[in-house]
Amino acid sequence: MKHTLILGLLLSAIFVAAAAVSFIWTPFEHTAMNIPAKLQGPNGTHLLGTDHFGRDILSMIMVGARTSIAVALVAVGIGMCLGIPLGLWAAARNGSWMDELIMRSNDLIFAFPSLVIAILITAILGAGAINAIIAIGIFNIPVFARITRGAALSIWEREFILAARVAGKNAVRISIEHIVPNILNLLIVQGTIQFSLGILAEAGLSYVGLGAQPPTPSWGRMLADAQTMVSIAPHMALVPGFAIIFTVLGLNLMGDGLRDYFDPKLRVSRV
Amino acid sequence: MNLLKIRDLNLSISGIPILKDVSIDIAQGQIMAVTGESGSGKSMTALSVMQLLPKGSTVSGDIQLNGIALLPLTEQDMCARRGKDIGMVFQEPMTALNPVKTIGAQVMETILIHGKTSREAALTRAKEVLVRVGLPSDQFPLSRYPHELSGGQRQRVVIAMAIALRPRLLIADEPTTALDVTTQAQILDLLKGLVKDDGMGMLMITHDLAVVANLADAICVIRNGEVVESGPTQTVLRERNHPYTQKLFAASRHVVDLPEPQKPAPLLEVFSVIRNYRLPRRKLFTNPGAFRAVNDVSFTIDKGERVGLVGESGCGKSTLTRAILGLEAIQGGSITLDNIPVFTKNKPNLDVRRKMQVVFQDPYGSFNPRHRVERIVTEPFHLWDEAPVGQARNDLVAETLTAVGLSPEDANKYPHQFSGGQRQRIAIARALITRPELILLDEAVSALDVSVRATILDLLADLCRSYGLTYLFISHDLSVVRSITDRVLVMKDGHIVEEGQTEAVFANPKHPYTQSLIDAAPVLTDFATPTR
Repeated sequence: MKHTLILGLLLSAIFVAAAAVSFIWTPFEHTAMNIPAKLQGPNGTHLLGTDHFGRDILSMIMVGARTSIAVALVAVGIGMCLGIPLGLWAAARNGSWMDELIMRSNDLIFAFPSLVIAILITAILGAGAINAIIAIGIFNIPVFARITRGAALSIWEREFILAARVAGKNAVRISIEHIVPNILNLLIVQGTIQFSLGILAEAGLSYVGLGAQPPTPSWGRMLADAQTMVSIAPHMALVPGFAIIFTVLGLNLMGDGLRDYFDPKLRVSRV
Repeated sequence: MNLLKIRDLNLSISGIPILKDVSIDIAQGQIMAVTGESGSGKSMTALSVMQLLPKGSTVSGDIQLNGIALLPLTEQDMCARRGKDIGMVFQEPMTALNPVKTIGAQVMETILIHGKTSREAALTRAKEVLVRVGLPSDQFPLSRYPHELSGGQRQRVVIAMAIALRPRLLIADEPTTALDVTTQAQILDLLKGLVKDDGMGMLMITHDLAVVANLADAICVIRNGEVVESGPTQTVLRERNHPYTQKLFAASRHVVDLPEPQKPAPLLEVFSVIRNYRLPRRKLFTNPGAFRAVNDVSFTIDKGERVGLVGESGCGKSTLTRAILGLEAIQGGSITLDNIPVFTKNKPNLDVRRKMQVVFQDPYGSFNPRHRVERIVTEPFHLWDEAPVGQARNDLVAETLTAVGLSPEDANKYPHQFSGGQRQRIAIARALITRPELILLDEAVSALDVSVRATILDLLADLCRSYGLTYLFISHDLSVVRSITDRVLVMKDGHIVEEGQTEAVFANPKHPYTQSLIDAAPVLTDFATPTR
């Protein structure tokens, strides 16, 4: 079980490091065009080759990682900031009309195909990174609300909650002091998985041209640009494609590994 | 020849030794009790016989069933024997049964697994065994599901599954620990009858010496994986050669020395309380109806009085506890502490709640695992406007921890670093720190080993002496209630059926229900002073 966590952490670290390094250094200016050097395969000067405008693909991948992180992180943040309190509220008022209202609204959002609605939202609000964030973020809210409520309900049944109620604490305090610390591991795991889904969603939106706008590089749009050139310059599609695959794989492995690491029931083998 | 012969059984799991040189013999028609405290390895002995040990176990020694050595057998050979030659009854009947299969299907499954039987024959046999365990099919059709049965009836189904193929050896792992006293007595009778009639051997694992004394032919006392004493029940319990047997025996019969109660002055007054639960709505627009869990209950607890509340599961004692704590609204009557109601206008009265504290049964579930002891113990100060801060607070925590027999340094530890008994001490410290006027002890010692239970009961008596406690001790265990209370209330189906001075009620129970409770409770008589 342990090596999946290490592999996941390693892949995620490469992705984050690429984004971080791009702030201070990239091999070339990612917007610098160099038409004579266009469509080069991977070589000594351009490690991952160049695109149809002669831009360095490695530099674009590094800056694109930045976009992916920013969009996915803020989207997950929106989901957590709204979803967790809603889930806690529903759990604290279990069985009341408030619980019903929150959970049925969740079902309503779940009932829509998320990417299609995200396309709709960006189409109405206009294409751009900010609107992509909002669109992806909205669909993260019910995920966190539902997972928080489910986990919180089982904690509410425990006797230390009863003890806290006997001490006179109200539902808000109990939720913050007793519930959240006990479900945090679950939320962190779900957070990493939603993060990887956010990266996929951002790539999907940029692919149809509704994500971050040029000249800001984005992996999804790099794929879209490569589409027409696949037969003459396959590396243009392969490089961002593999970047997406490995990043999402790494984050998922990390989420799975963290789940095993946090779950004491699965920890027996390591004793 | 002996039915089961265990010789020099050694077991270690991941290198940690669990059992050391355990030797046990069981003859046909004999009941052998393996007794000891939690963690002593008594369940592992049973699992070794079944070869259902956890991963990473290494076993050596010799286990023979009817002259056949079990340890060298392959997993496939063992599968053929489990259920057929060896039957097993588990502690918790709810989890031992599959909730989505009918009881008939589950009993038939055991029969069909071992093949060579037609479905009709299996069905007939299933009916037979269910009748044998006291579930005749005209009253309990085979199409019932486990959730439609009571705990005792479920345990009967588990026993039926275990004996369906007439095994030679029956292993029962704490078969009555999860049951009420009256049910326990019936199940023990059933097991005894099965062993006698069918000539089975039974290996019974239990922590309860009183059960052992009334049931087993022979006894084997086990501590830290070693058999410290074994022999015929009467001899072992009379002679008690080993100090550990003496300790277990003393702890089981432990009588607490309670100080004299103070001058009576009413503290908690419960007057004709009614508590309803809404039942699920059967049809739209019909009145869903209600289940009356507490029905017209009245009693008073005086200052400094120790009162016991006895009843079987489902009688409404926990509901009453919650009502007294003001955690839930009541539908009729009144509950007042010092003449102030605990619950007014849909809101618990926080002034009153400050004066009450509670200790729960489960020493593992009653603390937030992510808080330190200091924070856990001081939680009741939440309602206090002038709660002590800084050094005064630390001193109070240290004093309270010392009072319950822990050390002040324990304040910085996490609950998982403590044993079950120590955790229960922490729970008592939490209940004690605000010097409440009333403490509710909800099955506070039921989950503990006998020797730990004895020390906790002594602690309560000590605290009565130094702090003049008033408490309501809620329990299903009559022997504990008898030793730790001045007055006792007996509850059945939401009513208080009998109340009076503890000794008077136990010596001369008036209500038939109280009589049946007292009759059903296994008693550990003092074998050491035989009549000569």
